[in-house]
Amino acid sequence: MGQRVAIVGTGQTDHKSSRKDVNGVELIQEATARALEDAGLRRQDIDAVVIGNMDHFEGINYVDMWSIDGNGGLHKPVMKVTTGGTTGTTVAIAGYYHVASGLFDTVLAIGWEKNSESDTTAAIITCADPFWERPTFGGAVAGLAGAACEYMHRYGITERDAALIAVRDRKNALKNPYAHLRKEITVEDVLNSPMLAYPIKLLDMCPRSDGACAIVFASEDKTKCITDKPAWVHQVSSRHNFTFFTDVERAGRMPTLYEACMDIYKNEGIKNPLHELDVVEMYVPSSFAGLVWIDALGVCDEGGAARLVSDGVTEMDGELPINPSGGVISTNCIGATGLIRVAEAAMQISGKAGEHQIDGAELALATGFGGCQWSDVLLIGSSKPN
Amino acid sequence: MSKQKYPLLTISSEIEQPYNYSLGRYGGRLLKELKHNKKIVGIKCPKCGHVYVPPRQVCGKCFVKMDEFAEISNKGNLESFTVVYFSFLDPETGQKRPVPYGYGRIKLDGADSGFLHFLEESDLKKLKIGMRVEAVFDENRTGNFKDIKYFKITKERNPS
Repeated sequence: MGQRVAIVGTGQTDHKSSRKDVNGVELIQEATARALEDAGLRRQDIDAVVIGNMDHFEGINYVDMWSIDGNGGLHKPVMKVTTGGTTGTTVAIAGYYHVASGLFDTVLAIGWEKNSESDTTAAIITCADPFWERPTFGGAVAGLAGAACEYMHRYGITERDAALIAVRDRKNALKNPYAHLRKEITVEDVLNSPMLAYPIKLLDMCPRSDGACAIVFASEDKTKCITDKPAWVHQVSSRHNFTFFTDVERAGRMPTLYEACMDIYKNEGIKNPLHELDVVEMYVPSSFAGLVWIDALGVCDEGGAARLVSDGVTEMDGELPINPSGGVISTNCIGATGLIRVAEAAMQISGKAGEHQIDGAELALATGFGGCQWSDVLLIGSSKPN
Repeated sequence: MSKQKYPLLTISSEIEQPYNYSLGRYGGRLLKELKHNKKIVGIKCPKCGHVYVPPRQVCGKCFVKMDEFAEISNKGNLESFTVVYFSFLDPETGQKRPVPYGYGRIKLDGADSGFLHFLEESDLKKLKIGMRVEAVFDENRTGNFKDIKYFKITKERNPS
């Protein structure tokens, strides 16, 4: 373990399907300024910046270079991190590593995307092997659809079971002023929405959003001077999977998420995550994944997620609320999406989540999903880590 | 400052850029077998015994070099599938990809990893996980992914 690290400020832009009022630099600046304001810091107080997105969504390379006026990094060390869907959580983990190393005291982590500026599916297809996988691959929607088809077969879940996840997250989004989609939907709305790729329908799937998020990480000494309600980073864990989509073993719980969670529980001494965790901000790209991957959090037996969800356990007033922010199904500015999970987890711990606050939250889990079914997980808490 | 409202504009551009991608020695062997012999080639890890399609040089789990080729059947089980209905830009062609189309993850007999390819059938009612499927080869093969046109459903029973 390195030195103790806390999240002392977070900022998000107003997320929309298209933010034509700003370019990338201005969008990034909006989130960065809000994070600094939340922490009560100035740009001069920042030692280094970590920033991430996926270049091919905007068609402009080197965000670390061209966003310098907006990212607060002028004449400071700036590092770019990109890991596909997990970019946001990896940016957070890299920000944490910077401070935990003892080499930096105050670090800004920024994730952003302007998904309105390109064809998201075309851009995502370029992540696949050019020869073997691009001809069939239909981007995130089709990839997740194939997995969802398997889940339905293996666990006997229905399209209706999965729809409950979208209904839950979209309902929670009504209480989050930053959420992109803020309209309540019903199970029937989900089932009747247009089929994108069987069994995923339009309302099962996350949207494409324009937006950015920024987080300020600080060392223990700095944290003392900044806030009396820090959100401490207790654990981080990442697991990566294979090169080819078809090498991923789908038998059993979502392997990378399960392994990363188990690593975190072991290091933290968590024995009963359902009871000990207070809230989860889970990277849920589609309703089917959002249902089945609950298994991988280790809070139920394999295949038990549908029951947990239908019993209301993951609702705002349930034993383990999942996605009080409305989650990815309500807001998805891809390079920011994982970072928003971490920011929202930190806001819950610091008591800054406003209308979607879970009272007394002391331990929050944030997850990221991307690449070839790989995962990042962070554990954020109110008590100072050991 | 004038109080006049100005429009929020965007500009459009396209990037067309040619790329080359090295298939390596193993890729060359596989394509030659596809083109001349209508055979799919895999590779076996000397340490864990896992048989991979397509063949590649390194087993990610064991981190050892693989050089034992394995002949893989043209038939296998359909492990998962989807039928894609939404329209999107295909970065490989610069055109919208024709929809609907079905594709699936196929576990070919003799392989341990899956294999992604198109399905002849795009009628959801006729597709089921566990079905037996078989590669249909193009008459005019050029040493390309599409030398296999698609996989068709066969009437065989799934042995598992």
